[in-house]
Amino acid sequence: MLIIPCPWCGNRDEIEFHCGGQAHIARPAEPDRLDDAAWADYLFMRDNAKGRHAERWVHNAGCRRWFNLIRDTTSHRILAVYRVGERPPDLEGPTP
Amino acid sequence: MSQPRRLAEGGLIDRSQALPFRFNGKSLTGFAGDTLASALIANGVHLVGRSFKYHRPRGIMAAGIEDPNGLVQVGTGARTVPNLMATQVPLSAGLEATSVNVFPSVGFDAGAAIGWGSRLFPAGFYYKMFFGSPALWRRIYEPLIRRAAGWGKAPEVADRDRYDHRHHHCDVLVVGAGPAGLAAARSAARSGARVVLADADERCGGSLLSSKAEIDGLTGREWCDQVVDELGAADEVLLLPRTVVFGAYDGNYFCALERTEDGPNGAKVRQRLWHFRSREIVLATGAHERPLVFADNDRPGTMLAGAVTGYLRRWAVKPGERMVLFTNNDRAYEAAVAADAAGIDVAAVVDSREQVDPAVADMLSTRNIRHLPGHVVARTQGRKHVRAVHVGRLKGDRIDGALEKIACDLLAVSGGLSPAVHLFSQAQGRLVYDADLACLRPGQGADRQRSAGGCNATFDLADALIEGCRAGAEAARAAGFEASEDHPDVASAWTAGAIVPLWSVPTASKAGKRFVDLQNDTTVADIKLAIREGFDSAEHLKRYTLTGFGTDQGRTSNVNALGILAQAVDRPIQEIGTTTFRPPYTPVTFGAMGGRDRGALFDPARLTPMHDWHVANGAVFEDVGQWKRPRYFPRGGERMRAAVARECKATRERVGIFDASTLGKIDIQGPDAVAFLNRVYTNGWTTLPVGKARYGIMCGEDGMVFDDGTTARLAEHRFLMTTTTGGAAGVLDHLEEFLQTEWPDLRVRLTSVTEQWANVSLAGPRSRDVLAAMAPDLDLSPDGFGFLQWRDAIVAGLDARIFRVSFTGELQYEINVPWHFGQALWDAAMAAGEPFDITPYGTETMHVLRAEKGFIIVGQETDGTTTPDDLGLGRMVSTKKDFIGRRSLGRSDCLRPGRKQLVGLLPEDPGRAVPEGSQLVEVGMTTRPPPVPMLGFVTSSYWSAALDRHFCLALVADGRSRHGDVIEVALAAGPALARIVDPVFYDQEGTRRDGD
Repeated sequence: MLIIPCPWCGNRDEIEFHCGGQAHIARPAEPDRLDDAAWADYLFMRDNAKGRHAERWVHNAGCRRWFNLIRDTTSHRILAVYRVGERPPDLEGPTP
Repeated sequence: MSQPRRLAEGGLIDRSQALPFRFNGKSLTGFAGDTLASALIANGVHLVGRSFKYHRPRGIMAAGIEDPNGLVQVGTGARTVPNLMATQVPLSAGLEATSVNVFPSVGFDAGAAIGWGSRLFPAGFYYKMFFGSPALWRRIYEPLIRRAAGWGKAPEVADRDRYDHRHHHCDVLVVGAGPAGLAAARSAARSGARVVLADADERCGGSLLSSKAEIDGLTGREWCDQVVDELGAADEVLLLPRTVVFGAYDGNYFCALERTEDGPNGAKVRQRLWHFRSREIVLATGAHERPLVFADNDRPGTMLAGAVTGYLRRWAVKPGERMVLFTNNDRAYEAAVAADAAGIDVAAVVDSREQVDPAVADMLSTRNIRHLPGHVVARTQGRKHVRAVHVGRLKGDRIDGALEKIACDLLAVSGGLSPAVHLFSQAQGRLVYDADLACLRPGQGADRQRSAGGCNATFDLADALIEGCRAGAEAARAAGFEASEDHPDVASAWTAGAIVPLWSVPTASKAGKRFVDLQNDTTVADIKLAIREGFDSAEHLKRYTLTGFGTDQGRTSNVNALGILAQAVDRPIQEIGTTTFRPPYTPVTFGAMGGRDRGALFDPARLTPMHDWHVANGAVFEDVGQWKRPRYFPRGGERMRAAVARECKATRERVGIFDASTLGKIDIQGPDAVAFLNRVYTNGWTTLPVGKARYGIMCGEDGMVFDDGTTARLAEHRFLMTTTTGGAAGVLDHLEEFLQTEWPDLRVRLTSVTEQWANVSLAGPRSRDVLAAMAPDLDLSPDGFGFLQWRDAIVAGLDARIFRVSFTGELQYEINVPWHFGQALWDAAMAAGEPFDITPYGTETMHVLRAEKGFIIVGQETDGTTTPDDLGLGRMVSTKKDFIGRRSLGRSDCLRPGRKQLVGLLPEDPGRAVPEGSQLVEVGMTTRPPPVPMLGFVTSSYWSAALDRHFCLALVADGRSRHGDVIEVALAAGPALARIVDPVFYDQEGTRRDGD
């Protein structure tokens, strides 16, 4: 079970969180300008990264805030955590 | 003396405490300190079970957790436990154990006939043999296979014992209390770190308990006791014997099972499941010896060399009188020395290697033990026990010349050591093959974990102790403590020694079976067959031959199987890789997993303030999420249909009272509240004045209906939203997510107030009279308090907020009061309603009444693929604003013809009940060969007192344009005809909501 460093509460057990899937998927400002395929792409299509993956998480059983983190999907290491609205940190080098 | 194989002295048993026990109905005696296995050997009992597939006789082969054979059923009645390993069951007075997988008895087993016809049962036979009709499978094959391969029996009565869970945080968790683990725990503990040391065994020491080594001038056992005493006296150390760590999970989360029943406080808690979260981990789980693979190597009397040493030295029992040792490594020679010292006649040491270290060979010559280097045991002889072995000279990949028969009743075998890398691998550590040691050893491991001693392929005692010290100190330092290493000084220990792998002994074609996995009866021939049939990767081989399945998870067989596979496909073991190690390392009982979370504590129950009244008045409850809601209130001997019909009639004709407290309620405040509601509901909220409420539908971003409910405007910037009972938490999550992640600029705050407001709902034409009696000052005229309005008022002396909404189609008032006044309000309403024969009703009546009106329930009429328009609620979808899901509703799939639409459905036979979920097809189609086009399905189906018939709601393709059509309901009992109608069955003009 992961230990997730909530940016508001600190380290907590994974059981207190829900994962909201891939982060930084912008909600289209003008949906009507998208054709069906482009809208479906926004709705349904997600990366299936091996290695670094930016994800949205919410601390359901805690502060109930959403935040972002970068996790390595092979080692489950959490490489960075940042608040909603913050830019993802620029992680140098190859995936550890 | 009732224990013929017990040595007169020595061992870690207490001869003053005789423990009577029963095995297969026979009364026997052992001593305190025995395991069931050692006590059976002391009594000369060799035959403990029958094998999984061929029902061959099997005996105890190991002394520890790796034994594949000695599975027993322990205890009786509610406390019976199947498939325990005899080596893992501590002996206790009155213990009752039986063999598993035997019929009718272990001595004479009818299933052994399978062995005679074993040519018919090769690997994967169940994939090839059992073809035919499903009935053949159900009636013949499955019962046959289950009977033959059943293993133990699950208890048939409820478990009355208590099980516990405990969560524990520590700095260093040391798994395994052998020499490396003890050394590691001591180093870590001396730093002041919080240390946990867990071991599956009754007592700490591991291999030291059967070793003659001297450490720091003490015997191995004395050194153990000294370390254990020091750890026991340390404040921050938790010592857990009888505790097997079975699972390694992300973030150094480890789980362990403690057998408290065998410990000092056994009476209170039977087993305890530990959840450890440790900063650092030291794995010191030791190593398991592998057997060698030759013909009939499963015959009772065949035992791992290290186990022979262990039984002699730790339990002071002799597994035989005349022994042959068969090995491919130096280390196993210790068994010959130990056996000789215990008075066992060591007939020969057979070593597959040509070259043996002279120092090792000398140990035999000084004891006059015959040494046969370059030889192998080709097969064993005997029926239910080894009586002789046949030895031949190994030349390359064949046996040269004639076999020599050597009589013996004990065959000690050793194919080398396999590090117990299970936890290391569970934590995603990578294994590497060590050709010098002929084993898989830890390579790159998980963060903040380290292996020490046997599990790290450090088999030499002195090295293992040093490695343990270092690992413990390093772990403590990594956890932020200052630690030093005090290396113990080892004398007269058995050094690790050399090994030349021998994966299987060559054999003549007519010789017996060469078993690789004894628990699953997998042979060399099975493995070769699997390879011939293309299953030549480790994972495929495992699944096709079952190698490595079962309670022992292939601890003695996995590496041999890999070696045989590698040899057969002529590829290095490193390239072939292993199967995946998964928790649990040993079986865990469901009782322990459940812990206290059973019965009433399985899931929290949410109760309304009126719950006790409902119970006292005979309510039948249903679970809605975690809520307990009255489903109906039967009177006399009423069954559900009669009770619901009575409640419906009373509500439609007079007045019913309903506990609606479970409805989700969210208090929405802020200057942007209206803008927010406009974005989350499909309909518009800008024009809703204070004092009024509105029904709203919420969609997900995919355009599908997600929840519904009424929301009232309490003030300019304040709304009270209601949600479905089951959807409350999900709606709050959904709203918070969008507020935080998409619209952080909106000034809106959300608060769940579900459990702040109790809700008593009065429905029916007399509800106005009942409310008037409780709130005489309130204007209840249709103009004074209109539909979809709310009022603050004093009701029965309580501050209340009344909403005039209707989910029944009748005149209805939902009266909200602070939660703890719910019962007071209910009592007042019952009293005020008495002149009108007020009738409590439950959720079932509510369902019928709303369905008669064609009102949907989200999750019943919707299934995540249903749009508002599908439900006939297209008029509630605004075209003047954007909202969650709007763009999706414009997708071609949402606009296409042929979508399933909500309709009413009347069975042509009004008395025929049609089950919810029934499939709908065109008339006559049920007799056509499949595939038959499906039109839709029934979503709701009830008996209606008002209509005096059964009726349904359904989703039907293009249903709105098919009113009047007759279609067919596909039912197992024969199709039923039904007519599509408008979904509003009752009071289509909607006049009754204002009363009569």
